[in-house]
Amino acid sequence: MSKKDNNQPVDPDTTGHSWDGIEEFNNPLPKWWLWTFYATIVWGIGYTIAYPAWPLIQEATPGLLKYSTRGEVVEEIAAVEAANEDLNVQLASADLTTLPENAELHRYAVNGGRSLFAANCSQCHGSGAAGFIGYPNLLDDDWLWGGDIDTIAYTINHGIRNDQSPDSHWSEMPAFGEILEPEEIQTVVSYVQSISGQEHDADLAAAGEEIFLDQCSACHLETGMGETSLGAPNLTDAIWLYGGDPEALTETITYSRFGVMPAWGLRLSEAEVNALAAYVHQLGGGQ
Amino acid sequence: MWNYIKISVLGLVTLLAAIAANYARDVPYMVHMIIVMLVAAGLFLWTVRQTEEPAGPAPIGYMDDVIRAGVAATAFWGVIGFLAGTFIAAQLAWPALNFEWAQGYANFGRLRPLHTSAVIFAFGGNALICTSFYIVQRTCAARLWGGNLAWFVFWGYQLFIVLAATGYLLGATQSKEYAEPEWYVDLWLTVVWVAYLLVFLGTLIKRKEPHIYVANWFFLAFIVTVAMLHIVNNLSVPVSIFGSRSVQLFAGVQDAMTQWWYGHNAVGFFLTAGFLGMMYYFVPKQAERPVFSYKLSIIHFWALIFLYIWAGPHHLHYTALPDWASTLGMVFSIILWMPSWGGMINGLMTLSGAWDKIRTDPIIRMMVVSIGFYGMSTFEGPMMSIRAVNSLSHYTDWTIGHVHSGALGWNGMITFGALYFLTPRLWNRSGLYSLSLVSWHFWLATIGIVLYAASMWVTGIMEGLMWREVDAQGFLVNSFADTVAAKFPMYVVRMLGGVLFVAGGIIMCYNLWMTATRGPAKEQATPVMAPAE
Repeated sequence: MSKKDNNQPVDPDTTGHSWDGIEEFNNPLPKWWLWTFYATIVWGIGYTIAYPAWPLIQEATPGLLKYSTRGEVVEEIAAVEAANEDLNVQLASADLTTLPENAELHRYAVNGGRSLFAANCSQCHGSGAAGFIGYPNLLDDDWLWGGDIDTIAYTINHGIRNDQSPDSHWSEMPAFGEILEPEEIQTVVSYVQSISGQEHDADLAAAGEEIFLDQCSACHLETGMGETSLGAPNLTDAIWLYGGDPEALTETITYSRFGVMPAWGLRLSEAEVNALAAYVHQLGGGQ
Repeated sequence: MWNYIKISVLGLVTLLAAIAANYARDVPYMVHMIIVMLVAAGLFLWTVRQTEEPAGPAPIGYMDDVIRAGVAATAFWGVIGFLAGTFIAAQLAWPALNFEWAQGYANFGRLRPLHTSAVIFAFGGNALICTSFYIVQRTCAARLWGGNLAWFVFWGYQLFIVLAATGYLLGATQSKEYAEPEWYVDLWLTVVWVAYLLVFLGTLIKRKEPHIYVANWFFLAFIVTVAMLHIVNNLSVPVSIFGSRSVQLFAGVQDAMTQWWYGHNAVGFFLTAGFLGMMYYFVPKQAERPVFSYKLSIIHFWALIFLYIWAGPHHLHYTALPDWASTLGMVFSIILWMPSWGGMINGLMTLSGAWDKIRTDPIIRMMVVSIGFYGMSTFEGPMMSIRAVNSLSHYTDWTIGHVHSGALGWNGMITFGALYFLTPRLWNRSGLYSLSLVSWHFWLATIGIVLYAASMWVTGIMEGLMWREVDAQGFLVNSFADTVAAKFPMYVVRMLGGVLFVAGGIIMCYNLWMTATRGPAKEQATPVMAPAE
């Protein structure tokens, strides 16, 4: 090449190495790269001076800002609690039956209850409170243990069939598989179908009525309407906790059921339990 | 003589494995010992048949048959891993796919480690082993050291993969992310890994080139550091010599810190340093251009190696880990940004003067996209390590999206490029069976990654915002189930992205198969091994 072609970029020098045909240019470090690298190092030194960083023998350097992640969350929680303090004090000692008369407190309770429900209750009762098999629907007016607001608060506080609170609701349905023959259980299933308005075998149901009155009416009453003081469900409505088809009823009667709810009073404050009660009560079925 | 030693050792292993299977205290251990017994017995018979056979002429030239096996294993495990990932993505969108009849074997919890290990260790690991064997021979102008030791590394590693995968399905796990295999599988991997180190180092030592090429620095850093990480994070005491359970040496936050020191550096040394080694060879070879800057490669290599090892605590922000450790993890992660980008600059700038090839060469296109995703993930990573950003992103799908833009984009694409580069050369063909199929693969994979990463960014940021959303009085607005329900559409998009990526992988397997079996034959013989200068 006799004349240098100024229009063609000229390759820089290589280092002179070659491996399997690969060479390396002797280009310098890109300036922007180097200066950004330096800047992150300078920033890093500054940050470790400002924040807890360097471990020493007994403890680490606390940093000039005295920052801690735990301190930060404590401050945030304290700020919210301070802002809500008046309302929480009122709510903890409020008469729940007259709560709706205090519009501000009621609104606060329902709003807080909604949030507490989402965090603590929705896992079983569903985020819409519509329940699931084995976990009651809280939107209807069918209550196992009673649906006035004080009873709801009691249920939340002490729970159901748990060994956490000595005051939890308690009742135990026998496993009738140990008492009745399988054929007898089938007659009771038919009878329960008959009183709940389902299609049923009339002969079997007639035979089952006698056993029902004998064995079941003490809790579920002769009418089958149930008894809330015992948590014994009403069997004449179409609402089923574990299912109303013959298979589910056979299983319930043979092996019994034992639904458990924790005693939330051990984990939540009084104001929080009352807020939950207010929220659940106004969902639609409160008495 | 050597064969008689092998026969005795294999016979002893067969016997011991049979005894261990007999006394096994749990099913996974029994299954594993039966696998070990069968493998050892098969090798025993094979070695007996080989013994006293006349030895062939001493092999000359590069040792490429083990690399051909590695290429096949990489492609095979890749598709298996992508399929598993796509299936578990569908399980997350439609939980009914956790079939009742397959509970305890094919539910999400069992398949998820199968997917991650298949992709990282089976696909990525085989890719690293076979490309490092290829590169170290070419750049040292030397045959692999240790004779059949390279074959031991290859088959030993496949046995590790099979033991790990069957263990996950049967429930043998020490519950450490990316380090799930139990103690005896860990011990076996240690043996295989030391053999790998010996083959690699031995080849480097007998090199005919005066200098060690940059790709080999990265491979050596990867092999040495992974050995250290693997051993320290898997320190545990077996409950019984005849059982798969073990107790970790560390407990509580020390265990968590060790785990994430391991976990982050598995990303740093396995998925970054090792794959940078691949990039430093295949990009200049395919582009036929010199590496952009020798100086940059030295500086960013040492900075990367020094800084990565400290960044692990950023996985444990806002936990029981003391604040000072979390600060240091974050600071080192951010200083790591430029050293990581050094590799991207060296890769992309190597193409300057050859940019026109992006239009004509789909393999170069894959490599460019790969380096692009590398740059993006190594910016995203330091950003997510910032405590304030992490308070939003941690535990959300954003992390999953970040990992996959790195794994699918960077690791996947550079590996695909390497496989397309290697197959014609290893099977002595003048070119690939079909370049248009490579283009199909490129577009399917790229669109798949974009769907995956974009859906996970959206859903991750959304769920992070929903989790922290409070009303004016400080009450949480959403239940956890609300956030799960809100993610459904993005889960479907993510699964579709996976389907595209798998489809690309299957097309690649077909193309590689056709290249190896009936591609256009090359005219001259393989080049002889000689130093370039």
